[in-house]
Amino acid sequence: MRLVLRGITKRFGSVVANDSMSLTVEPGEIHCLLGENGAGKSTLMNVLYGLYKADEGEIELDGVVQNFTGPGDAMAAGIGMVHQHFMLIPVFTVAENVMLGNESTGFAGTLDLEGARDRVTEISERFGFHVNPDALVEDLPVGVQQRVEIIKALSRDAGLLVFDEPTAVLTPQETDELMDIMRQLREAGKAIVFITHKLREVRAVADRITVIRLGKVVGEADPKASNAELASMMVGRPVELTVHKDAPTLGADALVVKDLRVVDPAGHRQVDGLSFTVRAGEVLAVAGVQGNGQTELTEAILGLQDDISGSITLDGIELVGESTRTILDSGVGFIPEDRQADGLVPGFTIAENLMLNRSFRSPFVKNGALRIGALRDFAQKKLKEYDVRARDIDSLAGTLSGGNQQKVVVARELSRDLRLLVAAQPTRGVDVGSIEFIHKQIVATRDRGIPVLVVSTELDEVVALADRIMVLYRGKIVGMVPADTPRATLGLMMTGERPKDLKDVVA
Amino acid sequence: MNDTDKPQPAPKPAPAPEPAESPDVHEETSRSLLKEIASGDALAGVLAVFLAVFVGSVMIAATNEGVREAASYITARPSDFFSALWEAISGAYSAMFRGAVFNYNLTEPAQQWRPLTETLKFSGPLIAGGLGVGLAFRASLFNIGGRGQMLMAGGAAGWVGFTFDLPTIIHLPLAVLVGMAVGALWGGIAGLLKARTGAHEVIVTIMLNYVAYYLLFYALSRQFLLQAPGSANPKSLPMKDTAVLPKVLGDQFNLHLGFVLALIAVGVVWWVLNRSTLGYRIRAVGENPSAARASGINVGRTYTVVMLIAGGLLGLAGVNQVLGTVTSGVSLDLDASIGFDAITVALLGRSRPLGILAAGLLFGALKAGGFTMQTSENISVDLVLVVQSLIVLFLAAPPLVRAIFRLPAQEAK
Repeated sequence: MRLVLRGITKRFGSVVANDSMSLTVEPGEIHCLLGENGAGKSTLMNVLYGLYKADEGEIELDGVVQNFTGPGDAMAAGIGMVHQHFMLIPVFTVAENVMLGNESTGFAGTLDLEGARDRVTEISERFGFHVNPDALVEDLPVGVQQRVEIIKALSRDAGLLVFDEPTAVLTPQETDELMDIMRQLREAGKAIVFITHKLREVRAVADRITVIRLGKVVGEADPKASNAELASMMVGRPVELTVHKDAPTLGADALVVKDLRVVDPAGHRQVDGLSFTVRAGEVLAVAGVQGNGQTELTEAILGLQDDISGSITLDGIELVGESTRTILDSGVGFIPEDRQADGLVPGFTIAENLMLNRSFRSPFVKNGALRIGALRDFAQKKLKEYDVRARDIDSLAGTLSGGNQQKVVVARELSRDLRLLVAAQPTRGVDVGSIEFIHKQIVATRDRGIPVLVVSTELDEVVALADRIMVLYRGKIVGMVPADTPRATLGLMMTGERPKDLKDVVA
Repeated sequence: MNDTDKPQPAPKPAPAPEPAESPDVHEETSRSLLKEIASGDALAGVLAVFLAVFVGSVMIAATNEGVREAASYITARPSDFFSALWEAISGAYSAMFRGAVFNYNLTEPAQQWRPLTETLKFSGPLIAGGLGVGLAFRASLFNIGGRGQMLMAGGAAGWVGFTFDLPTIIHLPLAVLVGMAVGALWGGIAGLLKARTGAHEVIVTIMLNYVAYYLLFYALSRQFLLQAPGSANPKSLPMKDTAVLPKVLGDQFNLHLGFVLALIAVGVVWWVLNRSTLGYRIRAVGENPSAARASGINVGRTYTVVMLIAGGLLGLAGVNQVLGTVTSGVSLDLDASIGFDAITVALLGRSRPLGILAAGLLFGALKAGGFTMQTSENISVDLVLVVQSLIVLFLAAPPLVRAIFRLPAQEAK
């Protein structure tokens, strides 16, 4: 199926999300849409999928101009979408999910489940998906759930498949498998749109690359172009992708965690007997697939988990049992993994957000009153220092882009006298330019002799920042390995497998 | 990862594929709805009042004899109909003006301005109560317990007021403070229960209203507690003169010190919310409790403190009634439905102290003017209550008001 988008413009109020964007996708090609968060990729795809109505421009499939009023039309026309957040019903089987919304019924409205099952088996065998049509979706690993989404699209004879940031939730191994699937689909003559901002993946599978910036098509890139070339096209200026850092100057053991166990409110043991040490002036990066105890580990350090046992000491002082306020005041900086939920008050101004964890004492507080002058001066300074792109310090944090929100959080945490920095997913949902900046700040913190614990599900980030890497799987340490460990080994470890010849490193 | 194109109207979920582990989704939606209703822009408030007055006019006209009569021969003489319409509506609102601000039918200046002082008198407890509800709104708490807090405070202040023989300088402050303290405790219970057990403050405060009502009923029917000796009515002795809030403009006006106390409360609450660390934390907890918690703010303690202060402010409203407006003794209707009107005032005032001051004055005027409307134009006071209720209805349905006035949706900023 051949897709032509011609001059698509989509405005929201005064904001132009898509500015006369044109795109052609040929059958049998993988076409990458590369762009930063907020560049307009998802908006464009939502227009294509009938979720938004374009203000200008037209959509043409195999030479026929389409006029979609909803996703139903788009599906009927042969467009399949694999969303980042799966649209599956967990308690249904694979076959039930695949037929959902397109049920074929027999006499008196009985469901033709048998037919759906056959269809799943047929597609699954044709592309080597290995999916059991009778398995419950909730029991399947994330990677397999994604295949169910793909089967669902294929079962409706989709000729064009759109993958919207499909790898965000996958392990490196699952990502490789997905790449294979995409190549097979290409061989089968499907047209594929692959949306991502991960350069490695683009270079691995793309036949053609269209780079998008600020709602405009900036141009086509050669799949053989280097990462640096692609990144600078995306951002609009040269970007440093690798973090330059010198060998660490290691100090004494600072953060010492012994036999830490955390049970979450639902009663599951999320952290299961962790023991490790972070030395002053060192970055320990915690790698692992989302949901393997990283969240609970960082929250336990900050006193945000209630049911914990074991010991966490910072410079010899026990943190377990202390209140979050005491822990913060003792010099722990915390960049939470979900800045919207835990890092910022969206209805507060930038200035107000900058004092969020210093509302009890100086420098912004005197005798129970706010020192607004001091706060404003501080905020002005930090706005400049951390290059937060906002109108002024009175802009509401909720109106900033993800990268700028994260810079506010980072500015707040790094402006205190720190004795430990805990950074969870410090660049999640952050644009390439801000990633570069935040990484530099983290390395600079380390170089000031402060121990840093970085948690990331992005292998690129782990490798870029780490002096040592700790891989977590199901709340346990799979291994403690040096920063130069090959990606393949790390990817394998993230699935819980421990290579036989692996030797743990000790700082 | 998450391609959050800024202008997308639908907020995307967090990128983490965590399997629906959010039991308080409903809590979240109700919170954001509450936030939208309680903190929208001032324009919406003005428009809501405007709409309510318009609908009120239609109702005044529809229930007016002359208008109905003229309508029966409207095709023959339409001018009759329109002049009757004009007479009914202008008559109603000029009566309201005469009753609430300035009575131009009288000659003596003091008497002419008397309605304004009545408005101020009525608005005192509405402002104090509105502050109590509005402050709780700022912490995302819905304090429906105004009535109970007023009843308990009024009962306690009244008891101090008729029991002791003390010089005014001690007696009056003591009665006021005891009343506010008991109101604070009554509100604080709801805060503490929310902090410690997660009990929803809406349910707790509603139930505490009943508890307070029947406690007061019990006390007012027992001679050894509050009931006046030798009486069979559920009413206490009148306040002693030393405990009565003095008239601030001389004895010819009913305006008493309670209004001044309410004004002071506006200033204090404004300072607390905007200039103190406590207010900063209250707002942080109200806007995003999980970020507040991750920043070392004790969310439960904040809830408790907010409800203590809120109860104290509603206590001030109760004190206003018992020691100022109706000094003939504590009775079961001492709250005069101010505990609920305070919710309206807080909503209309957008939970901002100055907004609440304005909304309280408006509602005081509606109250004072409503009586004149009834006596001089024979329009039921119920119509005034309908207008008040319509204001809330229009406030609570921002999309409705936006649709009527074709305002842009709030998402598209």
